[in-house]
Amino acid sequence: MSLLEVENLRVTFDTEAGAVEAVRGVSFSLGRERLGIVGESGSGKTMTGRSVLRLIRPPGRIAADRMTFDGQDLLRASERQMRALRGKRIAMVMQDPKYSLNPVMKVGAQLTEGLRRRDRLGANEARRRAITALEAVQIRDPERVMHAYPHELSGGMGQRVMIAMMLIPGPDLLIADEPTSALDVTVQAEVLSILDALVKDRGMGLIFISHDLRLVGRFCDRILVMYAGRVVEELEAANLMQAEHPYTRGLLNCLPRIGGTRGALPSLDRNADWAV
Amino acid sequence: MSLIEIQNLSVTFDAKGRAVHAVRDVSLSVPARESFGLVGESGSGKSTILRAICGLAPISAGSIRIAGEAVRDPRGKAFARRVQMVFQDPYASLHPRHTIDRTLSEPLAIHGIGKADARVVQALDDVSLDRSFRFRYPHQLSGGQRQRVAIARALMLEPEILLLDEPTSALDASVQAETLNLLARLRDERGLTFLMVSHDLAVIDHMCDRLLVMQHGQAVEELTRDDLAAARMQTDYARALFDASADRMLEG
Amino acid sequence: MTTVTTMTQWLRDPAPRSRLQARAGQLWLGWLRLRRNRLTVIGLSIVLLLLLVAAFAPWIAPHNPLAQDLSQRLLPPLSPGHLMGTDEFGRDIFSRIVFGSRITLYIVTLVALTAPLFGLIVGTVAGYFGGIVDQVLMRITDIFLAFPRLILALALVAVLGPGIENAVLAIALTAWPPYARVARAETLTVRSSDYIAAARLQGAGGARIVWGHVMPMCVPSVIIRVTLDMAGVILTAAGLGFLGLGVQPPLPEWGQMISAGRKFLFDQWWVATMPGLAIATVSLGFNLLGDGLRDVLDPRSSGK
Repeated sequence: MSLLEVENLRVTFDTEAGAVEAVRGVSFSLGRERLGIVGESGSGKTMTGRSVLRLIRPPGRIAADRMTFDGQDLLRASERQMRALRGKRIAMVMQDPKYSLNPVMKVGAQLTEGLRRRDRLGANEARRRAITALEAVQIRDPERVMHAYPHELSGGMGQRVMIAMMLIPGPDLLIADEPTSALDVTVQAEVLSILDALVKDRGMGLIFISHDLRLVGRFCDRILVMYAGRVVEELEAANLMQAEHPYTRGLLNCLPRIGGTRGALPSLDRNADWAV
Repeated sequence: MSLIEIQNLSVTFDAKGRAVHAVRDVSLSVPARESFGLVGESGSGKSTILRAICGLAPISAGSIRIAGEAVRDPRGKAFARRVQMVFQDPYASLHPRHTIDRTLSEPLAIHGIGKADARVVQALDDVSLDRSFRFRYPHQLSGGQRQRVAIARALMLEPEILLLDEPTSALDASVQAETLNLLARLRDERGLTFLMVSHDLAVIDHMCDRLLVMQHGQAVEELTRDDLAAARMQTDYARALFDASADRMLEG
Repeated sequence: MTTVTTMTQWLRDPAPRSRLQARAGQLWLGWLRLRRNRLTVIGLSIVLLLLLVAAFAPWIAPHNPLAQDLSQRLLPPLSPGHLMGTDEFGRDIFSRIVFGSRITLYIVTLVALTAPLFGLIVGTVAGYFGGIVDQVLMRITDIFLAFPRLILALALVAVLGPGIENAVLAIALTAWPPYARVARAETLTVRSSDYIAAARLQGAGGARIVWGHVMPMCVPSVIIRVTLDMAGVILTAAGLGFLGLGVQPPLPEWGQMISAGRKFLFDQWWVATMPGLAIATVSLGFNLLGDGLRDVLDPRSSGK
């Protein structure tokens, strides 16, 4: 049975200028695999990710024919049940660790807080688990990092801490929204391989949201390409180069390459018909 | 003679009594109409060099010359007509309470240049923005559109040199292509000289003739475009950067 | 009907064709946001009511506010012809409150025009230029802040002599320091932003940047502060009136009316209570409006 099933998901925002649909009928199912969601900003990819956790604030509304996680109906779940799911079974990593970590709390305290409060572990046991988690994301000096404040960490280090924090409760599904966009290239590679190893070793499901199709293609098993709130193409990553949809092809070709020609880069063809 | 000459530049900030060496002893020269790239990871001091040229960061040692003349403090209006800059974050570099019209006509007002109406419309046309954007506010524009406005603003005074501080890193991959194409077209039309900063080796390779790899505020290695394409780098760091950039590309 | 719809369309046009239309469209959007909060609308209604009452005072008031009639003195509220009763000289309290709104509005307007502008200039200049300029200006601000507001106003009025203009001057002189502080704090966050750097790169001078680029960013927080402070200004004016140092009798100033009614507080409660209610209502109106404006004007909420 698949871990997550979403059918005909819609996210609508009621604004002064009328209702705006950010996500318009997205369906997908996810097993214990790596699913990439790719699109430009405004394509609804982030909203799709947040909808799974029901993290859309008013005036936004979520509607779907079906949205189940491990057999549990996410649409009917009470706010209390959702809180139990968030973090514990479904975790989310955001783009910039600067805004996701509490700036006035030491990293160690933030890592152990959940363990001590939710799982009622003792201080020593919580600490031991936090250090194990930091080691799992290949932080060489976990003791020092535990005593550091978030601003004392580099971007890559902060993002690893975020991932460690999300992994402590052992979630079944991780939603990563542009987890490497704010990082340097060399660090990006490391963070990605950490994520990759974790998914393999723990058998987690992963939703990887990004605007970089080539990156997603290298890293995921399956890809959804979104445009204007809709999925325009769904394909196996292995077949990415055989993508048929012109929008997908456009996303593939628009990045400059080292040693490439210096002529104008192919510009993306945005056809309003695809959104219908 | 080169248009931009930087010799042994050092920039030191005072952070709570502790000296931070952001740039240490960096030299580079860019002839007119050439495009030069600065590549490095965050904290390598590449953006600080651009800011030092504009007087937004203090020069603690060394010299910066534009067309043979040492820059003066404060930079002054003549400098503004020669050198302009495009910032990284298009969400932060446009005044949130000024319309696009005001943003573009401000440099004209400062320098007492007439025919503002016609020039603003022309500037929008030049960066392929529809004229209907003229009286909108930045928050009504997308990131790519804002960056076009920022580029138009930088070109209002018709400078020779454009300093580009990661002009596309805040944009989507697809919008990045459009913005790079726009910059390349404007460079050809106006004979601009670019000094461009990026963390993305592929972007620099696409736009620049030569580049300087930087790390921890120091120059690591200068490469030509051909060196880069053939992976002829001498230093380990430049190679690591090259490998990481090439590795994340899915070949096809 | 059709003119209304074309008007709304014009205001809502996402691609305005002139500076005027762009401005009007922004105001319209602000109004729509303001309208969403019911308490704000109540506050705005109270303030508008104050404006209307002040403008049409001679037509609203049934009696001359200064006319004395000792045969009618200290009549209770709802007496025939005297809605809110009469005071110790037989003057109609309702008429006095209606005319008193003009004085209140006069004081509020003058203070609201002078103190924030002065504070804004001091704060932005101090914040933008920093260094010695900042030190000097902010220490002066601190000195003003060190005194309790009413005491300082009292001292100033004592030196200048009582009267409505001097009361305004005293209140304005005591009211500006908080605006300077707010504006300076805002300036410090704006100063290092890229759009200010861009303006400097275009060769803009300090005065141009402070006036054209920094100040527009500080205005919203200052306006919010002003509306929230209006209640305080009314109370200070009333306090000065109460102490006999503000508006002089027989002019109908609300604070001074309370002061006069104090003598009869236990037997003829309405003489002091009616102007008190007026002060409370208007203060509440400004406070509610200020709270709502915070939501509308906050630059961080006026995004998409």
